[in-house]
This record gives sequence, C-alpha cells and structure tokens, in this order.
Amino acid sequence: MSDDERGLGFMLVVIAGGLIFGFGLAVSNMARPEVVLDFLQFDDLGLVFVMGGAAVVTGTVFALAEAFGDRAPLTGRDYGRRLKSFDKNVVVGGVVFGAGWGISGICPGAAYASLGVGNYPILIAIGGMFVGAYLQGLWRARRTESAATGTSAD
Amino acid sequence: MSGLTPLLVEGLFPNGIAHYALGGLLIGLGTAVIYLGTGIIAGASTFLESTLSYVSDLPRFNKAKYVASRDWRVVFTLSIVAGAALYTVLFGDGWWVSDVQPWRFAVGGVLVGVGTRIGKGCTSGHGVCGVGSRSRTSLVNVATFMLVAIGVAQLLSALGVSP
Repeated sequence: MSDDERGLGFMLVVIAGGLIFGFGLAVSNMARPEVVLDFLQFDDLGLVFVMGGAAVVTGTVFALAEAFGDRAPLTGRDYGRRLKSFDKNVVVGGVVFGAGWGISGICPGAAYASLGVGNYPILIAIGGMFVGAYLQGLWRARRTESAATGTSAD
Repeated sequence: MSGLTPLLVEGLFPNGIAHYALGGLLIGLGTAVIYLGTGIIAGASTFLESTLSYVSDLPRFNKAKYVASRDWRVVFTLSIVAGAALYTVLFGDGWWVSDVQPWRFAVGGVLVGVGTRIGKGCTSGHGVCGVGSRSRTSLVNVATFMLVAIGVAQLLSALGVSP
C-alpha cells in the first residue's frame, strides 16, 4: 500500500510535523547559512544546542514509543528501531556531504526552511542538490549495469 | 577565576543559547509528531530522490519506497517552507536574504546532493533521527560530516572567502 493512500489523517500529521520542523529551523536561525558557517568556524557554537536539543526530543520519544507503544495509529507500522546498515558508503557519503555543508553552510532541511524565511538565493543550493542526487543516481545505475553485464572497465 | 566562566560562555555563544535550544526542541518535536502518528522517521534529503521519480525513468529513483512516499515527501517539504515562513511573518524581523556567495551554494549544493544520497541521510536523518536512535551508523556518519565540514569551512575562511 502506498504511503499516500492512507488518507487525510496521514497528510495532516505530515503537514503538522513539517510546519513545526520548519518553524523550529527558523527559530534556531539554522535556516541561515551564515549561522551554520559561524558554527563551523567556531565563532558561535550555538548550533550544538539545535542538533542536541532535537536529538534529545527524538531520542526520548523514539524510546518511549518503542517501550510502551504498539503500532502507529495511521499506518499500522510498529514502533521498532529501523537502523540503517553500515558500509563504507556511510563514511564516503559523510565526507562528500561534509564538504558540501562546509562550503555552503546549508543542508537539505535547512535549505527548505531558508526559502521560507525569504532567502531566495538558496534555490541555487536546492537546484544543486537535485543535480547532485541525479548524478549520483545516474552513476550508480551505470555501475550496476556494467557489473551486471560483466563489462566493467577494471 | 570565577570571572572566567561567563567570559568563556560569552565567547563561545555570543548570541546566547535560548533560541538555539528552543529551535532544536521544535525540530525534534516535528519529527516526533510524524513518527508517533505514522511510524515513519522522516529525514529531509530523501525528498530529492523521491521527487526525481516524477521526471526520471531511472530505476534508481523509481524504487517502490520512493514512488510510494513521493507525494507526502513533497507535502512535508512544502510544510517545512511554510513553517519557516510562518515564524518569519509572526515573530521574525522581516524577510531575510543571505550574503553567502552564490558559487558556494551551487558547489556546496551539488556535493550535499551527492553526499546525502551515498551516505543514506543528512543532518536530519542521521543527525537528529539517527543520533536520537543511538544508531552507530548515524553516529559515524555525523562525526565524519562534522569533521570534514569544520575543516572545509575553516580552510575557506583562512583563504579569505567571506561570507
């Protein structure tokens, strides 16, 4: 079943969560690339409290739901930990993402919120993110194809 | 020595910490609301791939999980934009535009797009949700991107790139 076929309640929860998430990004000023760059340059370490505060809330809620909850009311999914598997891509991806974050001061969620505070030049970064995601998908598809047909160049 | 602590705090946090902490709690709350209602841990960067499935035939973007979630991910992203706009209208001091040089957005944006997709998540997926779940994969990813980002930002600053 498609996530999108779960009705109005599902969409309303997504909208509510997104509104709060974006509101929080604006309150914290993380929607401003300058603030992220100030953090990375050690001029203002306040961002620690943004990421820390958010992780404390999600950590508490995830743990409580896992311990006392059963299934999510709108989808029937159970509240289990769904951990992503570890491989070298987690590190490689972290390096590439970190370079991009350090150059631009912007990450995906903060970029969407940045548009909301009026920062229209951030569309350049969002466009760049789509280009990057597309190139990565293209490269991955080519690699899978060449591996499947055994015509790998190396 | 007692005078040192406030001085240190002021040096590290010249803009205080209240709005940072409040914003962080709200970011976590937004994620928690979606998780409690749906059981879904909503990161922000999967939107990039799932949205590409509308316009690209590449199987990579048309995995069932992307096609199934692409509509609500668009709604989630637009709601993030709206939430930030709501704050700006109600409590902000006017619309705000960055002075960061456009080439930094262009180059950084592409790398962010590539990196989050290779690494299976971003600041929200790994940084907020993954760390909240005490996922070792996410902790490694966050430590990696944090160290590299600090190095790159400090290097650019040292080279005189500002802002």
